[in-house]
Amino acid sequence: MESFALLIAATLNAGTVLAIAGLGLLINERAGIVNLGAEGMMLVAAIAGFATAVHTGNDWLAFGAGAAAGALMAAAFGGLVIWLNTNQYATGLALSLFGAGFSAFAGIQYTQQKLGERPHFEIAGLTDIPFIGPALFRQHPMVYLTIALTVGLAWFLYRSRAGLVLRAVGESPESAHALGYPVRRIRLAAVMTGGALCGVAGAYVSVIYTPLWVEGMIAGKGWIALALTTFATWRPARVLLGAYLFGGVTMLQFHLQGEGVQIPSQFLTMLPYLATIVVLVLISRNATWIRVNMPASLGKPFFPGS
Amino acid sequence: MLKLEARPQPSKAMSFASPLLALAITVVIGIVLFMLLGKDPLKGLYVFFIEPIKSGYALSELSIKATPLVLIALGLAVCFRSNIWNIGAEGQFIVGALCAGWMAMQAGPDTSRFIVVLVLLAGVLGGMLWAGIVALLRDRFNANEILVSLMLVYVADMVLSYLVYGPWKDPQGYNFPQTITFAAATKIPRLIDGWRMNIGVLIALAAVAGFWVFLFRTYRGYQLQVGGLAPLASRYAGFSSRSALWTGLLLSGGMAGLAGGLEAAGPLGQLTPHVPAGYGFAAIIVAFVGRLHPVGSIFSAVLMSMFYIGGELAQSRLGLPKSLTGVFQGLLLFTLLACDTLIHYRVRWQSVPAAPSVKPVAAPTQKIREA
Amino acid sequence: MTRHLLKLAEVTSLAATAALVGCGKKEEPAAPTAQAPASAPAPAKKEPLKIAFAYVGPVGDAGWTFAHDNGRKAVEKEFGDKVQTSFVEKVPEAADAERVFRDMIGQGNKLIFGTTFGYMEPMLKVAADAKEVKFEHATGYKSAENLRAYDSRTYEGAYMAGVVAGGMTKTNVLGVVGSIPIPEVIRNINSFTMGAQSVNPKVKTKVVWVNEWFNPPKETEAAQSLLNGGADVLMQNTDSSAVLQTAEKAGKYAFGWDSDMTSYGPKAHLASAIINWGPYYIKTTKDVLDGTWKTSQEKIWWGVKEGAIDLVSVSDKVPADLKEKVEKVKAGLKDGSYVIWKGPVTDNTGKEQLPKDKVADDGWLGGIKFYVKGVEGKVPGGDAK
Repeated sequence: MESFALLIAATLNAGTVLAIAGLGLLINERAGIVNLGAEGMMLVAAIAGFATAVHTGNDWLAFGAGAAAGALMAAAFGGLVIWLNTNQYATGLALSLFGAGFSAFAGIQYTQQKLGERPHFEIAGLTDIPFIGPALFRQHPMVYLTIALTVGLAWFLYRSRAGLVLRAVGESPESAHALGYPVRRIRLAAVMTGGALCGVAGAYVSVIYTPLWVEGMIAGKGWIALALTTFATWRPARVLLGAYLFGGVTMLQFHLQGEGVQIPSQFLTMLPYLATIVVLVLISRNATWIRVNMPASLGKPFFPGS
Repeated sequence: MLKLEARPQPSKAMSFASPLLALAITVVIGIVLFMLLGKDPLKGLYVFFIEPIKSGYALSELSIKATPLVLIALGLAVCFRSNIWNIGAEGQFIVGALCAGWMAMQAGPDTSRFIVVLVLLAGVLGGMLWAGIVALLRDRFNANEILVSLMLVYVADMVLSYLVYGPWKDPQGYNFPQTITFAAATKIPRLIDGWRMNIGVLIALAAVAGFWVFLFRTYRGYQLQVGGLAPLASRYAGFSSRSALWTGLLLSGGMAGLAGGLEAAGPLGQLTPHVPAGYGFAAIIVAFVGRLHPVGSIFSAVLMSMFYIGGELAQSRLGLPKSLTGVFQGLLLFTLLACDTLIHYRVRWQSVPAAPSVKPVAAPTQKIREA
Repeated sequence: MTRHLLKLAEVTSLAATAALVGCGKKEEPAAPTAQAPASAPAPAKKEPLKIAFAYVGPVGDAGWTFAHDNGRKAVEKEFGDKVQTSFVEKVPEAADAERVFRDMIGQGNKLIFGTTFGYMEPMLKVAADAKEVKFEHATGYKSAENLRAYDSRTYEGAYMAGVVAGGMTKTNVLGVVGSIPIPEVIRNINSFTMGAQSVNPKVKTKVVWVNEWFNPPKETEAAQSLLNGGADVLMQNTDSSAVLQTAEKAGKYAFGWDSDMTSYGPKAHLASAIINWGPYYIKTTKDVLDGTWKTSQEKIWWGVKEGAIDLVSVSDKVPADLKEKVEKVKAGLKDGSYVIWKGPVTDNTGKEQLPKDKVADDGWLGGIKFYVKGVEGKVPGGDAK
């Protein structure tokens, strides 16, 4: 039982990274932009965050640095895609490839560095509750912030004026433009916010999750976060749940190995990716449902005045 | 303030010049990088651009790297032109290598040389199979091909790992993860003794010609291109987007599988967990920098290979880190995409800040086309 | 249109090449003696021996490659300007490796070290074409007249760590984060367990495989799942300090591997099982300089006796009597009186693998495919025949 509680705790931790990035990408996609550069942004943010933590010893500054790095890269992406109308998929890919190379390059002198003692977290009193205590209450504050973020984002999207405008831009930029909204600037804001969140997720990986820098350490989480948004049909709460699901599958593979389950470890390692495909298929099966839920202008360029 | 103004017609000159301009910008940034790192920039350029081509042996090594890139990029170009985003070419490469490897392992010491044909064919079929999964899921279930193809890359890698650690492991190999070394008959024939260049180069050149004909001289190719450029128009004309999906994916999967087979039976000579070399992803850059054009992909593949080999050499010659290669490659694609806008837009200097959402009316006396 | 494109590209590339070649002529072409200005001009006597190292990982991995690079630095320190070393890192274990090795020869290196198993075939091919160059291949098993294999007895370090682990565990469950299920790693898991059992017969070992040498996030998750499963002392065969850091965060124990990792987890760190390549590299270099280098059909396998393996930085948390036990084992390994792999050894299915009093030879050790009693689970792919 104890080990199951710990599995849940580990799942929450693993899922947080995916959730933050996924929520950031959700904001992007709600505005109609697909940013395939998530992996690259997370990598650059990871090294930015790690370097900041090494030099300042302050984790929260590190998250800030990660957010800034992500936002900066997203801005470059946004400039190309929104104003120069370059192909979103190709530009995003370029961002990912560049981010991978650049982070490796920038991170060379940080490969052997380590951060100061990593803090323990506990909520006094709550951690002593049997099972639930160790499962839920020994997490880094970021885990709880992520849940707050999800709630906040849902409120923003569905209950605030600004959120409505964002969604309108994503559904029909032409109409929003006709109504006088600065579509391109709104999209840029969405892209940069999304980038900042991916950046926070990236910094979380290198500062809290595995307090080390090594090139390529994001190891595909950016791509899974992208899958998450489709899988969650662009709703924040589902992104969070999906993230936990994936985090769980990832931890499950090691858990099963440890229990002596006789499935070759490679098949267990495949689980998260196969799970993504299965869920994608299930979600996408109903073309109408997808069309109803997907921001209508997703991936399409917008030409003001056209 | 710089302003972009739409050209009435895409500029042909720019569509040739754009990759070169992007390369120039990348080189300039590279020079700056070299200087920042305290290295001689001219020496850096020499290592990246001259050394990889300065001898026959060097060219032969270049061809080994460039051949798989060209092959995969050819297929991807068809895909991307049809607006199908196959980014799982790496996975198709792996499965192609697996199937080719399986075929190669059926050979014995007495097998005739013809097995090479079967080996490569197996590679093609393997790649097509893997890409076919993506096509099926998109066709039947609308599943996004970007995500599915990418997830399948990870799955393919694990399948390779499982086979190489398990059922296909060389029994004489001390439990190390590798298959037997393939029989001599299966080796891809080399062109010149002592160099590693093999007939893959000839296959690639033939493929370039074939794809050129397909894209620009056949009706099918025309359909695919229209489907990508103007999906509504193409549907109206009766071109099936479904068959475009299958054609694009099967072709690119087959080409990636072919590249995988050539790699497994060529320079590698066996299957190891290190078959995936990133060619599937690099080929995406190659396809774009080559303007999604068969002939263009030769030049961009050579360029990318120079980055790879140059990056390797830069380590021992200049003490530069290997990650520079990735930086240059990513930069190249980025700047290319930026420069590509110049095909459709002109840059003008405007002293009056233009309103963000209203296009200024072009004065009738303004020259609309640059010379 | 195609002709247009071809023409334009041809002209441009020719022009660019001409320009660069024109500039390039000012530089020396990469001749064997023209290296970065940092190298001192050759002394009046012999040309320095050029030695090159090929690494599979980054020098900063604080693990496997880092240890090799320390060995390289030891050679530089020992021989000064009699040698000139260089290295290429992150050389993949694939077709590219051959080109790197050929390039090293082209650069005038006469002694080349390939530090991972996957370089075996490329090195063999290249060695056949460059008979005057000596090749050293780490962890391999093939040899040639100018190529020999070498390795370190990491299992001795694992055993000593096991002794410490057996004495420090409270739950009697040990965890190992395994990299790739090759004999070396299986042997280390077994030795670790056997060492622990020598002081605490009740211990069990759980193993989780990451299927990579180096992947800190995955190593973290694997370590976490072992801790979740009840292990309170962790061991690893992977190359980063992630496992140790995970143990640190959880308030449990772990070891450093390949190099001294104390600073990565000061509270969790019990000891580090390190590899010291210095002695072997220095001896090999000396042999080449003296002209006495000889190949060997068997791989050259050094351990505690030759100074290649050690258990260092044993923490003060380890009680004195346990420390003494470890020192006794170490002394016994040094003078050859202590043998780790001596029968009876039973595997975890109950089958006897090594009869009583039989001492395992290097060949047998090289092909281990079973888990000893006390290790849970089955060796991945172990029964593939």
